Amino acid sequence: MRGQNIRRVGRWTPSNIIFCIINYAVLGFLTLLCLYPILYIIFASFSDPERLIAHEGLLFKSLGFTLRGYAITFKDSSILIGYRNTLIYVVLGTALNMIMTIMGAFTLSRSGLMFKKVLMMVIIVTMFFGGGLIPWYLLMRQLKLYNNIWAMILPGAIGTWDMIILRTGFQSVPRDLEEAAIIDGGSQFTILKEVILPLSKPVLAVILLYYLVGHWNSWFNAMVLLDKREMYPLQLFLREILVSNSSSQTAVVESAELSEVEAYRELVKYCVIVVATAPILCIYPFIQKYFVRGVFVGSLKG
Amino acid sequence: MSKKKKQTVLLEYQQPFWTRVKKDLRRNWFAYFVFIPVLIWYIVFHYLPMYGVLIAFKDFKPLLGFARSKWVGLKNFVDFFSNPYLFRLVKNTLMLNLWSLVLGFPAPIILALLMNEVRNAAFKRTVQTITYMPHFVSLVVACGIIRLFVASGGPINQIVNFFTGTEHSSLLNYASMYRPIYVLSGIWQGIGWGSIIYLSAMASVDPQLYEAAEIDGGGRLVKMWHITIPSILPTIMILLIRDLGGLLSSGYQKAILLYNSMTYETADTIATYVYRRGLQQGNYSFSAAVGLSSAVINFVLLYISNKVSKKLTETSLF
Repeated sequence: MRGQNIRRVGRWTPSNIIFCIINYAVLGFLTLLCLYPILYIIFASFSDPERLIAHEGLLFKSLGFTLRGYAITFKDSSILIGYRNTLIYVVLGTALNMIMTIMGAFTLSRSGLMFKKVLMMVIIVTMFFGGGLIPWYLLMRQLKLYNNIWAMILPGAIGTWDMIILRTGFQSVPRDLEEAAIIDGGSQFTILKEVILPLSKPVLAVILLYYLVGHWNSWFNAMVLLDKREMYPLQLFLREILVSNSSSQTAVVESAELSEVEAYRELVKYCVIVVATAPILCIYPFIQKYFVRGVFVGSLKG
Repeated sequence: MSKKKKQTVLLEYQQPFWTRVKKDLRRNWFAYFVFIPVLIWYIVFHYLPMYGVLIAFKDFKPLLGFARSKWVGLKNFVDFFSNPYLFRLVKNTLMLNLWSLVLGFPAPIILALLMNEVRNAAFKRTVQTITYMPHFVSLVVACGIIRLFVASGGPINQIVNFFTGTEHSSLLNYASMYRPIYVLSGIWQGIGWGSIIYLSAMASVDPQLYEAAEIDGGGRLVKMWHITIPSILPTIMILLIRDLGGLLSSGYQKAILLYNSMTYETADTIATYVYRRGLQQGNYSFSAAVGLSSAVINFVLLYISNKVSKKLTETSLF
């Protein structure tokens, strides 16, 4: 690996050194640009609200230090309800995702099925054609998937792309091992359970994480299919606070002086962003390599 | 052994169709059995909406239901194509997508090319980890951050004020600012994640090519231009076809979170119009017709760009 790198990068000529400096500088700058918005939000969330709304421009540290924004955020019942609902939707939704995707990918990874081409076509077609938003919405209403917990779980039960990634993973399990299991008298189910699934753990991890993050971040289906506030996922409450500015935020009004309400409302915006994103971003560095692997597996077949 | 196998294959092939089907079902019943729920799901959630698109040719009344609503032929399509907003919608959709394509398409390629030249593994990993991060921030939060940044007093708002010399309220209230905000924030969200696929293509380039260039005295830019870029060209072409095919489609989710009635002039696209007229105002048949029209045009665009690419570079999506 090392030798290969030296060959590719070449000797330390002056032009080479200049190239390196510029390259590192540009990449460093781009990285800071991607990172800064997140740092800004974190700094702001700990800031003194009065100073924060008076402040203009960039932040390089928090303005003062207070945890009151977080205290208010965690007192806000809607945030807690949202958190609870999102957890329910993530767990149930991802569980169904995995079961359905494994079943589909298993069949599509078998060789020697007479109808495999037909089944594959049925699935690929949906990547290019769809009914569109309105027929989809009317169908959901017809299926009684309105104000119903299943509305958060069933419509996205399979991601076609994820299923194709998993199928590619299943196909890379050595045939010899399957044949050995057959000779030992194993059924198809045993092969799936004892051979294919254990050997496909990395790919399974990839799509599990894709689905998990997808459920955590999803909001549109909830917006059009849920009407009851007690069923809202976290993202919908975030939308109220961040985008519509319409939330009454009783927690703010109760905990702050009248003159401070506006400032605290602003501060809470930063705090809810942190609270809602921290779980994903905290585990993210550890699972990043799995996500990347998913793109690699996908691009083999893409 | 191999001779025997060949024979049985031939024999199976000669059997009548239904005998083979029976045999196939008996041998692979489990694989077919577990596929039943998957198939049902695809039929219900993908194929029924395709059938439901027929409401575009009806005057759909929720109270009457799908079956009893009257057929009206092409009325909804005629309405759309004589709609005073048609030009604005098409223009906005095209402009947003063209700008996203011109600025957003090369961005991940450039990032990947630069990262490919980095030797220091720790630096490379840091750059990757941080640039992929915005992809995992939910759309609602990403748009919330954008709103806070362009709000009066926010960092980006201040930068714009510095250059224009005037004070602004939230930049999202200015129609002229919507496109830059939409396109540039899109690059922020997608540049890192988009670069992965190019990096994976670069990883499979034969190191001997670089070695040969080294012997010929080629510098790093020469190698980048003559080896790396040609090697990832098929990947670039495939993604380009995909994006060209999507010129008339657009995400409505981000737009819904960023636009408001003050910026419709530049922000309202076909997709957001479908959403507003359909889901918010209940003109189901009309907006289904709008959606269908744009889907058809989109497919034609995809087909054409695929054909052109096949001719020019011999790579194609299908």
